[in-house]
Amino acid sequence: MLPVFGGEKMSRLVVENLTKIFSLGFFSRRHIEAVKNISFKIEGREIVSLVGESGSGKTTTAKMILRLFPPTSGKILFEGKDIWKDLKDQESIRDFRRKVHAVFQDPFASYNPFYPVERTLWQAVNLLEKKLSNKKEALELIKESLVRVGIDPKDILGKYPHQISGGQKQRIMIARCWILKPLLIVADEPTSMIDASCRGGIIQLLEELREVEGTSIIFITHDLGLAYYVSDNIFVMKDGEIVERGHPDKVVLEPTHEYSKLLVESIPKLYRKLEGL
Amino acid sequence: MLLKVENAKAYYKLEKVSVKAVDGVSFEIFEDEVVGVVGESGSGKTTLSNLVSMNILKPLTLVEGKILLKINGEFKEISSMSREEVKKKLWGKEVTIVPQSAMNALMPTIRMAKYVEHLAHSHDLAEEKLLAKAEKRFEEVGLDPLWLKRYPFELSGGMKQRAVIAIATILNPKLLIVDEPTSALDVVNQRVFLKVLMQLKRMGIVRSIIFITHDIATVRQIADRMIVMYAGKIVEISSMEEILRKPLHPYTRGLLNSVLTPEPEIRKRGISVIPGAPPNLISPPHGCRFHPRCPHVMDICKEKDPPLEEVEEGRRVACFLYSEERR
Repeated sequence: MLPVFGGEKMSRLVVENLTKIFSLGFFSRRHIEAVKNISFKIEGREIVSLVGESGSGKTTTAKMILRLFPPTSGKILFEGKDIWKDLKDQESIRDFRRKVHAVFQDPFASYNPFYPVERTLWQAVNLLEKKLSNKKEALELIKESLVRVGIDPKDILGKYPHQISGGQKQRIMIARCWILKPLLIVADEPTSMIDASCRGGIIQLLEELREVEGTSIIFITHDLGLAYYVSDNIFVMKDGEIVERGHPDKVVLEPTHEYSKLLVESIPKLYRKLEGL
Repeated sequence: MLLKVENAKAYYKLEKVSVKAVDGVSFEIFEDEVVGVVGESGSGKTTLSNLVSMNILKPLTLVEGKILLKINGEFKEISSMSREEVKKKLWGKEVTIVPQSAMNALMPTIRMAKYVEHLAHSHDLAEEKLLAKAEKRFEEVGLDPLWLKRYPFELSGGMKQRAVIAIATILNPKLLIVDEPTSALDVVNQRVFLKVLMQLKRMGIVRSIIFITHDIATVRQIADRMIVMYAGKIVEISSMEEILRKPLHPYTRGLLNSVLTPEPEIRKRGISVIPGAPPNLISPPHGCRFHPRCPHVMDICKEKDPPLEEVEEGRRVACFLYSEERR
């Protein structure tokens, strides 16, 4: 049964007037407004991108959605529940962790070098709501998830992080998503450290997860080319505000804000030459 | 023609093994052109740039082949010069290389002008004269000459990169090699930097430019020709427009199809994936090095190494799909 709000279908994620102010210094406090009063919605099976340069507040927004630090003001509703107010006990937080998953930029930093890589998959299995009866069953699940992301389980089981490539590491992070089947994935620059020829594979895997499981995905990226290609909706951020939003064709082909105009204009393109070089 | 590289092989000779980073490449650079060298990490791009500028330090060894450069209207074999000779006669005047992340190698406690003084010393030139020249060059790249008296940490990334290029070109080198110069810059500064490069070339300060990068969309903006490298070999050389219109080598095609730029053509085209990963260069695969990942692999590809052959005027490809040898 779908939860219903005033007769309307509820959005998977609603961000309302979200603001984050960091305070610095002890005697003379300085305040930095990293995110300023932003609002957006994400539906089920939707891919959106938060695009902006470093310091635009996109990662801060992602961290608040992931419940890593609290907003100064504003609300984040996931499945109708305010993730900072309505999740009161450990169990509901665990449930949130099952349903919202992160894939980060640096696949090298997501693994502990002292443990075999599949440890991160065992951790995912332990997070599952339905406890598995035995280890064999869990191993089957892990193997299945690896096959899903195009890795032969024989190639990585028992190996340590330094023995596998960056592309493989990022694939294993997505294998985790196949075990947990989250409702929302927050992917922070998931392809920026991977070679060009492997990048497409990672994007395709995330798209496949959306097709099969109906997962919603937020891409956090500075790469407007990537955002334009994968998204249903793009939000362009600048100095903590969303300055342009809409369908990729609208944002890229007919930008209205000065910043997005400059951004689209400056990005080198394959089939057009920049003017005035 | 300005530079000619003939069958160059450069290996990193380690104790027990050799890493075949550049393995039998031949190409030439003409006068007054910009050539882009593209490929993934580990394809030998940077080793190639070190080779062309004769910056060969152990364990890198030139195993075979020749590098010829036109100096005062005559072709000289620079690959047989001693390191002393290279430093005195070649660097700065004939060939200059701006290595990857050069701008981050600037010592934060040394003023920019000091680098110019160092240059004057190493080439036995008068300091004042060269400093005056540097001031002019700074203006030409869009920097206030006052920045010469500043410390590197006071400059922004984009300014640092322009300062580096200004100092690197003070002696008007004929051939300028830049290795991933725009990777650390944001798109607005990238554009400014490309403009500066083209301006240096238009003013005749440098004759030809080799631009090494993994970013095809960036190099596409200024390059006349493109060299595509894979696992230490050149797989395709062609004019930029032709290669974009119709890439011939399956690797080039895969590489182009993995580029994502905000353009309607890209959304229509979709994204493709080259399966597998680049090979280990200690023991690369037999035959064509791309064959384990190639969608068009034939029997001959597993046995023989395809030579780089001209298939159309100005287009060379190393692939049996276009070769006479294909049965």
